[in-house]
Amino acid sequence: MTETPAARDEDRDIVIRVRGLTNRFGEQLVHEDLELDVRRGEIYGVVGGSGTGKSVLMRSIIGLQRPEEGEIDVFGVPMLSASERELQAVRKRWGILFQGAALFSTLTVAENVEVPLREFYPRLSERLLDEIAAYKIVMVGLSPEAGPKYPAELSGGMRKRAGIARALALDPELLFLDEPTAGLDPIGAAAFDNLVVELRDRLGLTVFLITHDLDTLYTICDRVAVLADRKVVAVGTIPELLALDHPWIQEYFRGPRGRAAEEAVEEAEARAEAAEAAEGGAEG
Amino acid sequence: MSTVARFSEAQEDGRRVLRFAGDLTLPRLGPLPQRLDRLKGRDFVLDISEVGRMDTIGAWLLHRTARERGGEIIGADAGAASLLRQVGEADKPIKVRPDPPPPLLRVMDQIGTATVLAGRTMLGLLGFFGAMLISLWQVALHPRRFRLNAVVQRFEVVGVHAFGIIGLMSLLVGIVIAQQGAVELRQFGAEVFTINLIGRAAVKELGVLMTAIMVAGRSGSSFAAEIGSMKLAEEVDAMRTIGVSPLEALVLPRVIATVAMMPLLAFYAAILAIVGGGLFCWVSLEIPPITFIQRTREVVPLTDLWELLIKAPVFGLIIAMAGCFQGMQVESNAEEVGLRTTTAVVQAIFLVIVLDAFFAVFFTSLGWT
Ligand SMILES: Nc1ncnc2c1ncn2[C@@H]1O[C@H](COP(=O)(O)OP(=O)(O)OP(=O)(O)O)[C@@H](O)[C@H]1O
Ligand SMILES: [Mg+2]
Repeated sequence: MTETPAARDEDRDIVIRVRGLTNRFGEQLVHEDLELDVRRGEIYGVVGGSGTGKSVLMRSIIGLQRPEEGEIDVFGVPMLSASERELQAVRKRWGILFQGAALFSTLTVAENVEVPLREFYPRLSERLLDEIAAYKIVMVGLSPEAGPKYPAELSGGMRKRAGIARALALDPELLFLDEPTAGLDPIGAAAFDNLVVELRDRLGLTVFLITHDLDTLYTICDRVAVLADRKVVAVGTIPELLALDHPWIQEYFRGPRGRAAEEAVEEAEARAEAAEAAEGGAEG
Repeated sequence: MSTVARFSEAQEDGRRVLRFAGDLTLPRLGPLPQRLDRLKGRDFVLDISEVGRMDTIGAWLLHRTARERGGEIIGADAGAASLLRQVGEADKPIKVRPDPPPPLLRVMDQIGTATVLAGRTMLGLLGFFGAMLISLWQVALHPRRFRLNAVVQRFEVVGVHAFGIIGLMSLLVGIVIAQQGAVELRQFGAEVFTINLIGRAAVKELGVLMTAIMVAGRSGSSFAAEIGSMKLAEEVDAMRTIGVSPLEALVLPRVIATVAMMPLLAFYAAILAIVGGGLFCWVSLEIPPITFIQRTREVVPLTDLWELLIKAPVFGLIIAMAGCFQGMQVESNAEEVGLRTTTAVVQAIFLVIVLDAFFAVFFTSLGWT
């Protein structure tokens, strides 16, 4: 294969590259020849009906599910053939929130957040670890009382937030989120959306975001990939997707909930424009 | 230029200035936090105009140093300022783990807790036994609620799958007893009594005890772990809300299967122990199998077999109950599943041996010697 310098430059901007991915459970084919590219610094939404294989896709990218076939590169490292040391270096640069939060049940919330820090940076002092855990916990919107609690003592939404705090512990460059706002109250979900955008803007985070939350899709995702028929059938901004006439996409975004979210976004934009215009008028 | 985070000190206008350079990010921090901690004095000016990249951890270090030492941060660009604001807003005191109680109190607390726990466990087991009897009664009243499939499936797991290992173990124990016995008895020229030894020991005690220990290790532990994990995943709660009684669906099939399989397994173990002993006698003492069998029939009274058949189901009941009871006690985390599983096995074996002693006294007073 010959590569032009320009092609390589483009490569460097692609954080996750998946080619020809095939996953199978016994007779059931979950993915077939699936392809996707996630660019640096973008918030990449993944949608699809329940059971279309979003979680399985994430698990294959992070190396928990060995695919039957395909190539997966993360940060340019071929995940399926890399050595354990290379994999460890990649793991240092990502943070993962599982669908079920997957907190360590014998550790408190704060200790959970400290686990990746301890694992990868054993030289950090005990005091700094505790401080980092503390501000991360507040940052994801947990109340300070949640710090010394065990996962079994938390509500579902709190568990999710604790999972996010653990995923963010290392200030990763790449964040995998499997339905982060499912189980959060609307205020919390909106705050979470803000947090993700904020972190992306400040730290140049790349986010791989699986979600069913239309508000999240509309407000924060730069591009959205639609998973259907064992493939990524379309990738693009929401207006681009809306222009396609794939029946599932139309139903998903044009259904009553989809329209409500769309209207809310339009309304917010209109209000922002009006405010700007008013300001301009006052000045002039 | 290297991007490792670092800082240098300087005096400017009578104030100490710390000039940071490099990337203030977690992978690049190096020994910077320790150096900052060692710094003496107060009222620094933290100049970060030369810092490359920064993440929240770098921002936190700056924020904390400024807060604790009364310093001031200068030279932050828009991105850095916003990060600093973000960590500043998140700066609240948080406990990492629950406070440990003072030492003396802790010891007393532990003793108290252990005592209460021991009492509760005994009461709990009794209550559990009662609840089980009630649900057995319920099932007897409505036989259609009896879960035949679940029971049969447990027969297989508890009984059939255990045949190999219990058989092998009993055979070996039989051989060992015969060999050790023969060595001792030879001194009195009474080698032939090895047959009495094997026959009675196997049927009266060894078969049932060894089987009980094996079943406790194999099945009692798995009952506790299975039910414990189901409790963790809220499966048991889900069952209750659907109107399925966990006692009927989870506990009864396991208890019934274990009670039913124990006599079979124990009898089988006793027979194999005798076979093992017989093999040894044949090979080593040159007692032909026919003689061995005849003699065994003469010396082992039928009451020994009754003893086995009475003890085995009782032991089975204890093992299954300890396993299920401990499994149902799991509340919060994975560690507990492990602890409860261990407790189930230890409790089962302990109770089995205590009860075995009672049985021995009881049967002797019945005149079954
Ligand atoms: N370990 C497994 N063994 C067998 N089949 C599996 C396994 N994990 C997932 N599947 C199957 O793969 C398919 C995709 O599952 P996946 O969990 O990825 O769905 P999803 O898109 O994340 O759905 P949801 O939106 O509900 O989370 C499902 O049909 C599921 O039955
Ligand atoms: Mg999923």
